Amino acid sequence: MSNVILEVKDLTTKYITRFHENIYAVDHVSLKVEEGKSLGIAGESGCGKSTLALSLMGYYFAPLHYTSGEIIIDGRKITGMDPDDIRKSILGTEISYIPQGAMNSLNPTQKVIHFIEDVIQAHDPYKTKKDIYEFAREGFETLGLPAEVLQKYPVELSGGMKQRTVIATSVILFPKVLIADEPSSALDVTSQKMVIKMLKNLMEDGFIKSLIFITHELPLLYNVTDDIMVMYAGQIVEKGTAKEAVLDPLHPYAKGLMGSIIVPESGLRDVKLSAIPGVPPNLKNPPFGCRFAERCKYVLPECTAISPGLREIDGDRAYRCILPEKELREAYTKEVFIREACQNVG
Amino acid sequence: MSDEKNSCLKASGLTKVFGLGRMKCVAVDHVDFDLCETEIVSIVGESGSGKTTLAKLLLGLINPTEGEVYFQGKKRDISTQKKKKEYWKNIQAIFQDPYSSYNIFNKIDTVLLDCIYMRGGRNLPHAKKVELMAEACSFVNLKFEELTNKYPFELSGGQMQRLMIARIFLLKPKILLADEPTSMIDACSRATILDMLMQLRNEIGMTVIFITHDIGLAYYVSDTVYIMEHGKFVESGCADDVILHPKAAYTRRLINDVPKIHEEWDLSTV
Repeated sequence: MSNVILEVKDLTTKYITRFHENIYAVDHVSLKVEEGKSLGIAGESGCGKSTLALSLMGYYFAPLHYTSGEIIIDGRKITGMDPDDIRKSILGTEISYIPQGAMNSLNPTQKVIHFIEDVIQAHDPYKTKKDIYEFAREGFETLGLPAEVLQKYPVELSGGMKQRTVIATSVILFPKVLIADEPSSALDVTSQKMVIKMLKNLMEDGFIKSLIFITHELPLLYNVTDDIMVMYAGQIVEKGTAKEAVLDPLHPYAKGLMGSIIVPESGLRDVKLSAIPGVPPNLKNPPFGCRFAERCKYVLPECTAISPGLREIDGDRAYRCILPEKELREAYTKEVFIREACQNVG
Repeated sequence: MSDEKNSCLKASGLTKVFGLGRMKCVAVDHVDFDLCETEIVSIVGESGSGKTTLAKLLLGLINPTEGEVYFQGKKRDISTQKKKKEYWKNIQAIFQDPYSSYNIFNKIDTVLLDCIYMRGGRNLPHAKKVELMAEACSFVNLKFEELTNKYPFELSGGQMQRLMIARIFLLKPKILLADEPTSMIDACSRATILDMLMQLRNEIGMTVIFITHDIGLAYYVSDTVYIMEHGKFVESGCADDVILHPKAAYTRRLINDVPKIHEEWDLSTV
């Protein structure tokens, strides 16, 4: 049994709007990441993926507020700690974050090395500039980035290079957990591949111990991470290994998501992609019962009355639906059967 | 294919050069193609390969350095503003960023009404206008009653992009140029947008030029695929041929760079 690096128990965080409404964007989320493993989080825009990433760092600023739950990094509980302590001793060294718009998070008036100096001096104020330069150069070279980048301004770098610079900076202090929030969504396929290769190598090179990867690109997640978690309206709806979650999803929402995958493989043009109708619920006042009931194809009258819990099946597999596994599978087989029959007739 | 169908848009030797001397940059380099009516064509390439410049040339937003564009067999004439406006009735575009495609001061009704006016519906009775707008909204699975008196920025990215398609539905141009329409919206709404582009072709008979960097999307929607590298077409042909049996090394690289489900994704070839 490998040791658990990050453990989250029933974490709930909320946004408070200026009209004093509570929006629970992360609702009772529990997860576990073991050493050397990576976890992928998938879901639509607005389902709480990015909020979860921010919440995991334990450092909250308005309008995001902590409500309940625990975050434990390598045996150390970080919820309830003083925000200043978290900033000095947790961020950067224990847990690090690559923001969504990493391309725009470099200061255009500063050279890259100044940015890194800021990061390192926040943790070790007595380190000299020369030491920092040597340290940064070594780190960058291990990661396969040329050392000249350090002396450049962000405008002189290409999009993919900027993104890799931000990744290198965020792991320069060897954090235990790295959270990558859509690191490749603004890049084209070739730069995306370079970024992904770098992220995958981080763990082998010993820069980080585990990775949390957030994206809505399922083929990407499937190739990068070991486990996948699907979120919907602030809740986890499906949990499992990458293979299970993508090839054999159980929750109707996850099933719908997997139906919208587009990859250049033979046979893609013969299947009709299934998009999920409707829009996600407003989290200001989420619907009672199952939150997916409104858009679900297999909805039952009970769905709007009972809030389904996370139903765990063998291993780490879990899904949130009132239907048992067997009935769900039967419904899916029936649908495929009907669709094929329609196609043959048409 | 061009034997049986009419040529809709044709380019010969289209070139665009930016800068002079040492700073010279050839963005589009002697590009030739012939686009048939009711066809979906994809142009695929990396960032910086000249896809968007080509789109701007076709739209008439910038003038080509060399070469000609032929529209419906005739040489395109956009020398005056009036002629340009006439040309734009036949060719319309959807851009990458739905958030900056709208005039933020206009309500959604105005956005759609403008399209009706452009088609010469200024003197229609009000009820007829509403009916047209509702029809366009229902085409893209939006409810017109929910959209009246709202501003475009109150919608989500996917809804905005769908509203953009509703505009196209009202305008009914001959050619639709979609420049990375799905890159800013999430994977789940992507299938919907692509299906709508196909629906436009099937129901109205529109010719669609789809520009993307993701070869998977191109494979899903298009009949013909053009692969663009450094301003030149390196490979072109029927989608099945190009993607399942690529000939050019560049095409093979593009296909390899896309993560796949049933095949191994080789990370070593970067």
